[in-house]
Amino acid sequence: MTTFVELLVNGISIGAVYALIALGFVIIFKATEVVNFAHASLLLAGGYLVARLWPLVGFWAALLIGVAAAALVAAAIEFLVIRRADVASHSVLAIVTIGVDIVITTELTRQIGTDVLAMGDPWGSEVVRFGGVTLAETRIVALVTAAALITAFLLAFKYTGWGVAMRAAAEDAETAALMGVRLGRVSMSAWAVAGGLAAVAALFLCVFPTPGLDRSTSLVALKAFPAAILGGLDSTTGALVGGLVIGVTESMMSGYQNDMVFLGRGIGDVAPFLVMLVILLIRPAGLFGTKELARV
Amino acid sequence: MYRCLAWTGVAAVLFLVPFYLDGFWLQTGLFAMSAAIGAIGINLLTGATGQLSMGHAFFLAVGAYAYVFFSAEPTAKLGGLGLPTGLAAVLAVVVAGVAGGLFSPIAGRLKGAYLGIATFALIFGGQHVLFNAEHLTGGFNGRAVPELDLFGFSFGDTPALVVLQVPFGTLERLWFLGLALVALSIVFAQGVLKGRPGRAMNTIRDHEIAAGVMGVPVARYRAGVFVLSSMYGGLAGVLLALVFQRTVPEYFGVLLSLDYLAMIVIGGLGSVGGAVGGALFVSLLPQLLTKYSDSIPLVAAPGTPGGVSPAEAARILYGAAVVTVVLFLPGGLLGLIRKIRLRPPRLRLPLSSPSPSPETRSPHVP
Repeated sequence: MTTFVELLVNGISIGAVYALIALGFVIIFKATEVVNFAHASLLLAGGYLVARLWPLVGFWAALLIGVAAAALVAAAIEFLVIRRADVASHSVLAIVTIGVDIVITTELTRQIGTDVLAMGDPWGSEVVRFGGVTLAETRIVALVTAAALITAFLLAFKYTGWGVAMRAAAEDAETAALMGVRLGRVSMSAWAVAGGLAAVAALFLCVFPTPGLDRSTSLVALKAFPAAILGGLDSTTGALVGGLVIGVTESMMSGYQNDMVFLGRGIGDVAPFLVMLVILLIRPAGLFGTKELARV
Repeated sequence: MYRCLAWTGVAAVLFLVPFYLDGFWLQTGLFAMSAAIGAIGINLLTGATGQLSMGHAFFLAVGAYAYVFFSAEPTAKLGGLGLPTGLAAVLAVVVAGVAGGLFSPIAGRLKGAYLGIATFALIFGGQHVLFNAEHLTGGFNGRAVPELDLFGFSFGDTPALVVLQVPFGTLERLWFLGLALVALSIVFAQGVLKGRPGRAMNTIRDHEIAAGVMGVPVARYRAGVFVLSSMYGGLAGVLLALVFQRTVPEYFGVLLSLDYLAMIVIGGLGSVGGAVGGALFVSLLPQLLTKYSDSIPLVAAPGTPGGVSPAEAARILYGAAVVTVVLFLPGGLLGLIRKIRLRPPRLRLPLSSPSPSPETRSPHVP
């Protein structure tokens, strides 16, 4: 029972981190209709800067710089690439982001090499005990931070002028533009916010119990893709639910993998994708995604 | 007429290659051929039908491993059926198609980039199976690939064969098989694209609803093209396994899938020639950089610290090429060639002919 509770809380915590990534992914999709395959590289960029800078400027400053830099890189991608591409199909835009991803990820993994970089976070490997349940401090911080960021984002999305502009642009870009919404700014800010969220997520993906940031971190980030798509690519609620589903599934499957030896080693890494397939079979638009309707 | 001559010239040069170039170039060329076959397949799916697939590496793996499994003699540790190798190769392609067919409930219903993300599942699931089903795949270490033997002619080093004083080993023999397979793939794909199915596919890409209204069974076509493209992937996998002579699971990862998407974008989406051109570019670039790393600035020889290794330099270059092509050269390399060819001859007199104004370009109707 304690194992179950531990796995569940850990799953929710890592799920919240996936939700941060998926949320950024969904924001970008809503604002620019681009499926951003470069998301993993944004995450890697943010995490890499934090890991490299904390010995020089301290952890908190490094975190700030990492988040700001990831936001800047994301905004630059939007400004330099996505905005300039004049293509008929959004699939092609998705492939452009793959090109961007290849460039950034290759360069960063080259810089990282075979190192495992510590994130220099103040929580270290401390654990907290509630009754018989042992939890890593980092997991609790991750959960609280992710929850706070997500709440802040959703409130901003609902009540601020920026949020209204964003929703209007997503609803009907042309009308929004006629009403005075600056589409360029909206989409650029969407990319920047997504980049910042990804950098925060990078921090929590690389702290204890994971050894640190290494070249496979961008692959870990790929698990947020099923989170986004199983919730529905155009739904912020979907991103949250999707993140939690993926996090809990992964944690449970890894935790109990000794009881499921027939499924093979490392089933926890594959389980998120299998869950996604099952959900897509039943609901092709995802759990909360809007079904595409068209008038002919 | 010129076309005919040009193609004959290209064919002649390709035929002469094994007589003049050494093993390194033959192997590079064979990789490029395998890549070309796979790229044609994914271009049918992504370029012509507008369905994104990140899972192509999975079908290459299915083809490669199925060939090994069908053709290898069973041992205590590793399973195998010991079928004739020619039959095994054909069956491997069929199995890849079946694998694509099993995915069709999803491939038929999802569109565009949605499908792209869903196909990530194939890669990760596939890697899981490759590492864990050790009886079939040999696990981490992979399996040795049996030599192909067609109607008594072996595509291996024995028996020794000397043609025109050039010893014909595995690579030389496979070279001609590769050429034949590429030619076959090109002809078949051209047939699909130029005929009724090709038009249906393009209509689905451009306007799904219009296609449905005109009587194209959209879901069935999407699933069908997915199966076809996975069979192309399987064939590429078989050829790759024969060249590598060993299958290792790590090779068939996400990076390989991304390479294939880069190929078709760089070459030109939706056309067979574009796929082949892009495949050549992407698979030759790292080899060229490796070979000439000494004389290229900024690129270090593999294994030396500092500097960019050739493989990384190649990845960065073609990642940048993908972005550049989409921004500045819609249509890819092939589009560029066409544009140069179709450029109207410059007029001598300054005629005031009405040039098409920007307004007449039809706006994109969603």
